[in-house]
Amino acid sequence: MDITFYFPPLADYVATFPMLVLAVAALLCVVVDIFYNDAKGVAILAGASLLVTLLFEAARLSLPPAKALYGMVYVGGTASLVNMTILFSGFLTVLIAQPYLKRLGRNYGEVYALLLVAVVGMMALGSAANLLTLFAGLETMSVCLYILTALVREKDGAIESALKYFLLGAFSTGFLLYGIALIYGATGTMDLSDFADRLASTNAGVMFWGGTALLLVGFFFKVSAVPFHMWTPDVYQGAPTPISGFMATASKTSAFAAMVLVLGRALPSAQWQTTVAIVALLSMVIGNFVALAQSNVKRMLAYSSIAHAGYVLTGIASATPEGYAGALYYLLVYTVMNVGAFGVLAYLEHDNRQGDTQTVDSLAGTGQRYPLLGVVMAVCLFSLLGFPPLAGFFGKVYVFGPAVKSGLAWLAVAGVLTSAVSAAYYLRVLYVMWMKPSPDDAVAPQFEGVPPLAAVALAGCAAFLLLLTFTPWVMDAAVAFFRDVPAAIVSLP
Amino acid sequence: MLASFIPLFLQILMAAGLAYTLLIAAKKLGPKRPNAVKTMAYESGMDPVGTARDRYSVKFYLVAMIFIVFDVEVVFLYPWAVTFREFLTRSPQLGLFVLGVVGVFLAVLTLGLVYDIKKGGLEF
Amino acid sequence: MLAPVLFFLFAAVAIAASIGTLLARNPVNSALSLIVNLLAVASLYLTLNAAFIGIVQVLVYAGAIMVLFLFVIMLLNLEATPVLEAIDKRILAGYAGGTLLLGAITYLLARGLGALPTFEIAESAAATGTPRALALNLFTTYALPFELIGLLLLVATIGAVMIAKKRFV
Repeated sequence: MDITFYFPPLADYVATFPMLVLAVAALLCVVVDIFYNDAKGVAILAGASLLVTLLFEAARLSLPPAKALYGMVYVGGTASLVNMTILFSGFLTVLIAQPYLKRLGRNYGEVYALLLVAVVGMMALGSAANLLTLFAGLETMSVCLYILTALVREKDGAIESALKYFLLGAFSTGFLLYGIALIYGATGTMDLSDFADRLASTNAGVMFWGGTALLLVGFFFKVSAVPFHMWTPDVYQGAPTPISGFMATASKTSAFAAMVLVLGRALPSAQWQTTVAIVALLSMVIGNFVALAQSNVKRMLAYSSIAHAGYVLTGIASATPEGYAGALYYLLVYTVMNVGAFGVLAYLEHDNRQGDTQTVDSLAGTGQRYPLLGVVMAVCLFSLLGFPPLAGFFGKVYVFGPAVKSGLAWLAVAGVLTSAVSAAYYLRVLYVMWMKPSPDDAVAPQFEGVPPLAAVALAGCAAFLLLLTFTPWVMDAAVAFFRDVPAAIVSLP
Repeated sequence: MLASFIPLFLQILMAAGLAYTLLIAAKKLGPKRPNAVKTMAYESGMDPVGTARDRYSVKFYLVAMIFIVFDVEVVFLYPWAVTFREFLTRSPQLGLFVLGVVGVFLAVLTLGLVYDIKKGGLEF
Repeated sequence: MLAPVLFFLFAAVAIAASIGTLLARNPVNSALSLIVNLLAVASLYLTLNAAFIGIVQVLVYAGAIMVLFLFVIMLLNLEATPVLEAIDKRILAGYAGGTLLLGAITYLLARGLGALPTFEIAESAAATGTPRALALNLFTTYALPFELIGLLLLVATIGAVMIAKKRFV
């Protein structure tokens, strides 16, 4: 055995700075919580550390990708982009969740510690260069999310959804782990960049592809793609709403990023392209059509997130650098849209009528009464729909375009058609919010308005979605960047 | 490698065999004259009160969960225990690095223990 | 050639015990079958030269996690589930025989079509499964996942307290 190294070089610590800082910040959160029981201080600490690391990753976007810490994680370039998306989601969630939880009387310091640890796990998962890092990150993320789902124990369905999430999640982790074991057995390596060589030199056969199939099952579960999507509506409905937004965005982003790394980097696309394309088709069709039938808005958004998983998978199925780039770009846009939409729903819960069991009808007139929430919701939903001038539209262009180019035109057509179907349920929510008069205002809503920081976060979501529209150069730069990245992925060290 | 575990297997077999032999021997050879007092559950000479199958408090479960966490922690220390000297002899820096890695791991889990104590996870 | 024989022997025990876990109508019997299963799997690890994992399996699973299972059984105060209607033994034997036959045919077909790798039972190097071999990798190359596991265990502790404590402050 060859151990000739000592400490990892300083550059490695710099490169993995966000992960290290957030881990330390999470530990500090626990310490502050234990000894001072100061939930506000913990929230500030969490928010500040997320903001700092977010800016740090943004600064490292243009660096060439590399590996750090003995080839355990990718850093820079694509990895920075994925981390940025995750950190952005975490930061917005802290801003939105703090006043929300305070109002529920659940503003514990632990929540932020769990959130930070989840973000660390997600970053490890989304930039893993080794199957072991991938697994450790996935588990760290999942355990935090199981606990956060059960945060409001007394609420109807909270424990149920946490238990469902935990049991099914543990089951899917079992699949994923078995897949990793088979792959390791067949190739003798866990390093993603070694697979190509090992596949060329040995006859991998059933064992390797069986392992890959099991690995895919685990991924499909985490991104809630269709045959493995059953848990999604129940969990999103039962979890505290800002946490649902966090789960729907950050955990999916990291799982998709890991999927791009495994499929795009390590395996020949001929073997998995059809599978991913079929799963994408099923996700788009079933997600969009079942969403039509939902009366609960959170469940509707859950089904819509299943459909959006289908759109992202379409990009991945094209198996070209542009496709991967489009998928990652879509995830960034998707994150902003969904954190915004779930955030608006979270504050509408404080409004009165039906608490957190928000049916579409209970939203009547809320747009007129709370213009900020109404406008943010409108921008987010139009963007989710893929309405032309908004970021969501360009996201769709960048996932469907590459699919057409690599001969999956049928999939792109299905995507466009199902997007048209989705207009029905997105616009219904907006219609009810803005056009329908609120039933009666005899019961004065106990609504103190959206707290300033959360308002800034929500407005920021809307602004971000518009920004990519009115300043073409931002989008051009983004697209150029995303076009560059995958080539870099392919030639990583 | 496997051969070194043969004595262990033999011992397990012997233990199981002895237990079964004694149970069966007691059943076959001993006289059976049951009466009401003899078949009563034995509770240190007291008359049994109620059923033994009662619900337990969830607190026991919490303690068991915390125990598992620290059990797993200890499992990770065995490999370190057998190799820390080897790391040191290879090079002091390497020994120091591994000490740091294990030290951080232990510190993180000690924080968990402090949390349990402070939040009353171990109180009844 | 002792190891392969023992491997299949313990594999059979593990499968039988897990079927027992499923079929037992009394939850305690079910848990006891699970112990047999866990011990058989530990023996499997030993036959594969993964001595450390085998010992850990006994320590953590058969030792600690089984205690959790028994706790749950006591917590819920489960009564034995009612006995099902007797299943016709001949039908059961028919299913078992059919499954075996199907397995054999599938195997032969796969073999014939060249979908299986050629079988070679190689004795893996004895040194790979020791705590020492594990440590040399775990604390150096795999330091990052190792520390992640530390964080994972921390949040598990926190989560247990958060979810189980009655008055949580």
